[in-house]
Amino acid sequence: MRSCRDITALVSRGLDKKLDLSERLAIGLHMMMCSGCRNFQSQSQFIRKAGQRYTEQLQKRLDGKS
Amino acid sequence: MLLSAEMNPPDQLNQALLAEHRPVLFRYALLQMQDNELADDAVQETLLAAWQSSTHFDGKSGLRTWLIGILKHKIADHWRRSAREVVTNEFDQLDSDEDEADIDAFFMSNGHWNGGPSTWNDPEAALKQQEFWAIYETCHSNLPPKMAKVFMLRELVGLEAEEVCQETGISDANYWVTMHRARLRLRECLEIRWFNPSKTKKEHRHA
Repeated sequence: MRSCRDITALVSRGLDKKLDLSERLAIGLHMMMCSGCRNFQSQSQFIRKAGQRYTEQLQKRLDGKS
Repeated sequence: MLLSAEMNPPDQLNQALLAEHRPVLFRYALLQMQDNELADDAVQETLLAAWQSSTHFDGKSGLRTWLIGILKHKIADHWRRSAREVVTNEFDQLDSDEDEADIDAFFMSNGHWNGGPSTWNDPEAALKQQEFWAIYETCHSNLPPKMAKVFMLRELVGLEAEEVCQETGISDANYWVTMHRARLRLRECLEIRWFNPSKTKKEHRHA
């Protein structure tokens, strides 16, 4: 069984690249029993979303200042 | 047929194609310049210059990489003209060994979490709050400089992974490691400073 360190590395990679089947299976299995890694996964997705919103709200904030 | 084809500007650089890259260029410029109008001007100048010098585009580096190269010059020109000393966000130094080794703090020697991620309550709601964005900025700037740049180019500017590697000169393998660490650190920082502040006393490794 892969460790949380390895699984989070895979999850992180999976955000940029399609993983192969065995990797996706390893993640799926691990997630069933590890809440820490489940949280890491959903939070990484949230962080991505926040990153995409960041410049939008920076623009608004800068507009407000001038 | 032949004649009219020859009279058209190079196919690969029609205006529509250039304009597709405008949002990415704008985000790049905005993050560096922190000013909407200046960023917009720099992008405008970049697209114009690209259009005028399209014959210099050799197609080897990829259109977006080429455009970002021009944009960087435009931004540098601006700083020179404005004659004020500006702390540009150039993070070309390498991150320290300490920064490189820090991933060990997140996991125990067997690779399992050392006090792992807890559940966040309604993260979507945070996106609507000004205070959250201040914390987000703090957490981002707490990253080691090179890591912060890699993360910014990928997640804030929206470059593809290969483009980030080209821009920053890191290898493929290093890219994956860097993004993994950046996500671990940002996650932890946001947890401690925003989502679950009661954790502060126990763990404050990178926040």
